[in-house]
Amino acid sequence: MPKLNSPAELEELRQDILSRREPNKPCIAICAGTGCRALGCDRVIATFKEEVRKQGLVGKVDIKETGCPGFCEKGTVVVIYPQGICYFQVKPEDAAEVVSQTIVAHKVVDHLLYIDPITNEKAAYEKDIPFYKNQMRLLLGNNSKLDPRSIDDYIALGGYSALAKALSQMTSEQVLEEVDKAKLRGRGGGGFPAGRKWKTTRNAPGEIKYVIVNCDEGDPGAFMDRAIMEGNPHSVLEGLIIGAYAIGSCEGFIYVREEYPLAVENLNIAIKQAEDYGFLGENILGSDFNFTVSIYRGAGAFVSGESSALMTAIEGKVGEPRSKYIHTSEKGIWDRPSNLNNVETWANVPPIINNGADWFTSIGTEGSKGTKIFSLVGKVNNTGLVEVPMGMTLRDIIYKIGGGIPEGKKFKAVQTGGPSGGVIPEQFLDTLVDYDELIKLGSMMGSGGMIVMDEDTCMVDIARYFIDFLNDESCGKCAPCREGLKQMLKILNRITQGEGKEGDIELLEELSRIVADSSLCALGGTAPNSVLTTIKYFRDEYEAHIKEKRCPAKVCRSLLSYYIDPEKCQACLICLRNCPVGAINGGKNLIHYIDQEKCTRCGTCMEVCPSRFNAVEKIAGQAVPEPPLQEARVIHRGKS
Amino acid sequence: MPEGLAKEVKREEIEALLDKYKRQPSQLISILHDIQAKYNWLPKEALVQISEGMDIPLSRAYSVASFYKAFKITPRGRHLVRICLGTACHVRGGVRIMEKAEEVLGVDGGETTPDMKFTLERVNCLGCCALGPVMVVDGEYHGKIVPTKVEEILKNYD
Repeated sequence: MPKLNSPAELEELRQDILSRREPNKPCIAICAGTGCRALGCDRVIATFKEEVRKQGLVGKVDIKETGCPGFCEKGTVVVIYPQGICYFQVKPEDAAEVVSQTIVAHKVVDHLLYIDPITNEKAAYEKDIPFYKNQMRLLLGNNSKLDPRSIDDYIALGGYSALAKALSQMTSEQVLEEVDKAKLRGRGGGGFPAGRKWKTTRNAPGEIKYVIVNCDEGDPGAFMDRAIMEGNPHSVLEGLIIGAYAIGSCEGFIYVREEYPLAVENLNIAIKQAEDYGFLGENILGSDFNFTVSIYRGAGAFVSGESSALMTAIEGKVGEPRSKYIHTSEKGIWDRPSNLNNVETWANVPPIINNGADWFTSIGTEGSKGTKIFSLVGKVNNTGLVEVPMGMTLRDIIYKIGGGIPEGKKFKAVQTGGPSGGVIPEQFLDTLVDYDELIKLGSMMGSGGMIVMDEDTCMVDIARYFIDFLNDESCGKCAPCREGLKQMLKILNRITQGEGKEGDIELLEELSRIVADSSLCALGGTAPNSVLTTIKYFRDEYEAHIKEKRCPAKVCRSLLSYYIDPEKCQACLICLRNCPVGAINGGKNLIHYIDQEKCTRCGTCMEVCPSRFNAVEKIAGQAVPEPPLQEARVIHRGKS
Repeated sequence: MPEGLAKEVKREEIEALLDKYKRQPSQLISILHDIQAKYNWLPKEALVQISEGMDIPLSRAYSVASFYKAFKITPRGRHLVRICLGTACHVRGGVRIMEKAEEVLGVDGGETTPDMKFTLERVNCLGCCALGPVMVVDGEYHGKIVPTKVEEILKNYD
């Protein structure tokens, strides 16, 4: 690979790459992101390669392993270009048909198309599929068009043109000004204006400054950053290099979570390629700007995603946060000015430089510009990654894109902002998604986790879940977080175990205020949000647990019983055999009942009871009916 | 998957790693990652040798090794069972999967069976929420799993 010495050489290379490509050559793009890998896309890819060989098409069709297009629910996702036909839930055994029908005979394979669950209509293209058509995929859109391990793919789609523009046509001040004018806010959680942060680091005293990519995506249930890093690593690199130029930094760090090995792999390849072409190194594109970057792997600590903790981790120490009366943008890694932004923030930089701040500010709301990627998960039909312009309503995201709640259940709440955020109930579904609007509701944007909950989710249990998570992840450096969360967890455990007391809710509220006000970092500072919002919007559920010893959603184990309906039981013996504690009485042709004394409420009987009988039910807040008398339990079956 | 107990710490292997990272204390986490990849856990001898080789207190090596969840200072079993308890898996019943696995293996999350066959771990989100609840055994994903399947799956490993 030749080193590129000027923007003109980059353009020449781009034209050369494009001229060697045949726009009408068929290409089978198969998602090779982590979600589809978990579903076994490796075998799908191998089978497609085999089929292309078997059907004598080698050289006539390309197979591309791409990043995640976002529709994880329907993986493995395959897109056929140039037409752009989308196939879902593709299995290895479908490969032969796709190759012979779509590639050779130019026909659509009907049974792999998207079927609208309401109208039952089939859709072949992104523009007709509600999950995609209601999105605005500025950052994710390229994921299904490029092989993350091919820098040429990225360049063919216009990659590194923003860097060339910044270095050759703009001063570093102008670049910074453009990002500032675009009102780009940090996508990692707090939403701090990126331009202002960049300025602070640029103006901080000291020759050596650092720029950092935070890819320590610890929010459970969120995987936006991973999709970008795995699927389009060059977009992050390009943003980082432009940022370094604007800030005046020559050295960058990318901190990647330990759980994302594929992201590290693809990023390593991307860095090597960028070095070879001269996008990294000395005199980048013939300018006098030098920049190098190295990868640091995390080691599994949620708190290390906090900026000061992450910087300590890069120094090779225990990743604990420090108080930030001096900002890390002034004194960060080794006490030098360090500008940290999240993956998605950096990926927004190249389009801003290419299209200008005015274009960017035309998208979104007054205070939140551009798009945001959400990881839409939980009790929702279309699990996946969705990128929408800021200002879309929660309802549109969950229903229009997410396809609503599965199994006809009722929506209860949506949790945003990860462990730092809160729950938002149904009456606020028409809220516009925007940094400031979500904070008004007691939640926050966070990094983009959006967990949908239905009527079967217990809100006290959810609060307990998050406090348990944060108590476990608290680094223990400051007492309010370390001790406060522990006490809050104790109270929540008691409530969910049926031992709640009068005054527990008020005590939780008081502890919440103290932990929020006096913790050292944002982990403790935002930790009580889940408790405060569940109390605010679902106080009746807390009261039911405490006063009536009843879990309305029938989730908290100590507050429910399992019961076999004698009218429905067919004495099939399945639950009796599977009960781990031998709590089920019954026999052949003898209706079963549960010995409530022995029962540990594990729910196995309910899981194994055949759905055609559906005889086991959960009972909460009322006495379990007595088992039927012995003679009434005998089933007399005809000899048919 | 490397063997749990079988491997003895070789001084020259640790030395080679120290050299690879130029004995930079800032590279401690990377070195620990590499050692764990080699031995499947962080044996005490290795930590001692690192602290001497990099001229840092043993307490610092230990504090880093014990702070981060990815590092194990006890040996792990031959098979690693990871159960996701991220939020999406939690609302879809991940806890029941964990309980079932604990029951089947007879150990709590984070522990290893006495025969060194299985280590059971809880993870906070594997990022394949569409498959939730998820159990991963030695890198193989079992998605949309129900508690009654757990035993069946674990039976296949020896």
